[in-house]
Amino acid sequence: MGRKLLLEHINVPGINTFQVYREKGGYRAVEKALKTMSTDDVVEEVKKSGLRGRGGAGFPTGMKWSFLAKPDGVPRYLVCNADESEPGTFKDRYLMTHIPHALIEGMIVASYALGANTSYIYVRGEMMPQVRILEKAIAEAKQAGFLGKNILGSGFDLELYVQPGGGAYICGEETALLESLEGKRGNPRIKPPFPAIAGLYGCPTVVNNVESIAAVVPVINEGGEEYAKIGIGRSTGTKLISASGNLRKPGVYEIELGISVEDFIYSDEYCGGIANGKKLKAVVAGGSSVPILPANLILNLANGEKRLMSYESLSEGGFATGTMLGSGGFIAFDEDQCIVRNTWNFARFYAHESCGQCSPCREGTGWMEKVLHRLELGQGKSSDMDLLVSVSKQIEGNTICPLGDAAAWPVASAIRHFRDEFEWHVSNPQLAVK
Amino acid sequence: MLRVEDTTAVEFPAALISKCQEIIGRYPEGRQKSALLPILHEVQAVFGWLSSNAMDQVAEMLNIKAIEVYEVATFYTMYFLQPKGKYVLEVCRTGPCCLVGAEKIMDYIGEKLGVKEGEVTPDGLFSYRGVECLAACGYAPVLQIGPEYTFYENLTPESVDKLIAELKGKM
Ligand SMILES: NC(=O)C1=CN([C@@H]2O[C@H](COP(=O)(O)OP(=O)(O)OC[C@H]3O[C@@H](n4cnc5c(N)ncnc54)[C@H](O)[C@@H]3O)[C@@H](O)[C@H]2O)C=CC1
Ligand SMILES: Cc1cc2nc3c(=O)[nH]c(=O)nc-3n(C[C@H](O)[C@H](O)[C@H](O)COP(=O)(O)O)c2cc1C
Ligand code: SF4
Ligand code: FES
Repeated sequence: MGRKLLLEHINVPGINTFQVYREKGGYRAVEKALKTMSTDDVVEEVKKSGLRGRGGAGFPTGMKWSFLAKPDGVPRYLVCNADESEPGTFKDRYLMTHIPHALIEGMIVASYALGANTSYIYVRGEMMPQVRILEKAIAEAKQAGFLGKNILGSGFDLELYVQPGGGAYICGEETALLESLEGKRGNPRIKPPFPAIAGLYGCPTVVNNVESIAAVVPVINEGGEEYAKIGIGRSTGTKLISASGNLRKPGVYEIELGISVEDFIYSDEYCGGIANGKKLKAVVAGGSSVPILPANLILNLANGEKRLMSYESLSEGGFATGTMLGSGGFIAFDEDQCIVRNTWNFARFYAHESCGQCSPCREGTGWMEKVLHRLELGQGKSSDMDLLVSVSKQIEGNTICPLGDAAAWPVASAIRHFRDEFEWHVSNPQLAVK
Repeated sequence: MLRVEDTTAVEFPAALISKCQEIIGRYPEGRQKSALLPILHEVQAVFGWLSSNAMDQVAEMLNIKAIEVYEVATFYTMYFLQPKGKYVLEVCRTGPCCLVGAEKIMDYIGEKLGVKEGEVTPDGLFSYRGVECLAACGYAPVLQIGPEYTFYENLTPESVDKLIAELKGKM
């Protein structure tokens, strides 16, 4: 069994309450940090842990914290990104539902390290039940003296608020999220400046994913060096993987980074193989934004070695034969699934979610959707595949935020690896419609 | 579409007003506009949708222009700018859910209710619509119902029948 740092107590009855969470050792990280460590010590531990952003980009968390500007007399903010909207990703909702105090505890430690006295958890609006769960957890923590003024006599004050969004995938992009938190439309800002320099209300701000913040708790409890011993290479620690699609046991799994993809899919400890005795056809390993890979390439590297669940191994081979760990949204397709239909579905998603600020994204996503839809309906032309690749190239890299890339990559990779299937839709229009 | 010509009178109950004041208190001085999204959810939970009159009152409360409220209400998908069925069944229609039958479930719901996507049943009780990934892909197919966004997972035709019967029974 792999080590569990985040979900160890997930099955303990009542673990969603302060009392049981505390009995299981909860809030020790707050005590340790606030009573025995300076703010710099905490940042240093997180750096040593090698923890990388679990929201998808994998940027080292400790490094991001050390980049936070600290001008005199200006407040600093910590904002937790709980917008989780990437198709295939549902780990943050799971964590907040079952162990809300893990997030609250992480928020307290992280706010202390960053010198933030007001912090916000921005939760996607559809997760109203999770908003209520977090509000209750915050009230419990406050009652116990872990939030509010002069926490544990340390002189550190913290108020924590939960903010529901309004339903918009783009608000997961950190600068769109900040706009939304300021009460505006979710239009991403141009980066740099990064939020660490100018974020919420123009003040220095750290935005971190739910899982990144929750992972700070074991980092402080165990020490950064211990945490870094788990995992492989620069992929340290454990990672929550959301597994969906045609798997025997879909759900959220905590893995030690570095297990093989094959183990993750087929072993009984994790997904237990493909549902209904079918064969695996393809996998989208890191949420809808990352390239899709056919079964042979997701299971093995070009040199025949097994591919591993780590940032490096999943991206090995670049876009020719690799993909990305992303947010850990692992979507498995069985042999009966139609790649064209799924590619169209994702393209429709991005066209719907584009905020409309940049023309390559606004127009390009709409075009790709239309062309893919006609292919799916058996009305496509053989030139459509090249057209799609050309549109995707014109979007990629030419936009304010990476939603444009996220829309382009899945289309380009589906055509790269499953071109025959697209051609088949063109040459067999009657069969394609069925 | 925003219906600015709508003249339905709205009066915010006292409980709603005090909830809004509490929300405004979460932000620093001068940043009360941050309260906009949460307040719109509260208002919608009371009235079922956001009329332009209701939005104008929110603008007044936050000391911002009405257009700033409309801008936000039209950008986000969760705000209803026209009256809806009492229960809006929002079914996820994104890739991972479709791999395990979300489209069939949505068709089934349409047949069962006897309306098209977005329409309201004659008794004013139900409408349904497709929405994008609800972060529950491992428990697909899924739907949610506001204003508390209760989730219904691993849907089957039988569980849909049961759900609709239950909601009717609540009347
Ligand atoms: N979890 C989800 O639901 C989704 C996740 N994603 C993921 O989001 C990723 C893209 O996210 P971005 O934020 O655009 O990536 P990014 O690489 O621009 O930034 C990653 C983080 O590092 C920080 N950062 C980077 N360079 C910095 C510097 N020099 N100084 C200070 N801070 C710095 C950024 O502020 C940000 O917090 C994609 O890789 C995708 O996997 C995309 C869609 C949905
Ligand atoms: C279109 C888009 C959507 C995103 N959605 C999310 C999200 O839902 N949750 C999240 O944590 N990060 C999301 N991100 C990444 C954030 O911009 C940011 O990198 C992340 O919150 C930083 O936290 P981390 O370093 O802890 O991962 C998204 C990025 C893009 C471009
Ligand atoms: S790339 Fe798309 S989503 Fe991102 S800012 Fe531009 S238009 Fe908006
Ligand atoms: S795709 Fe339906 S919940 Fe994610």
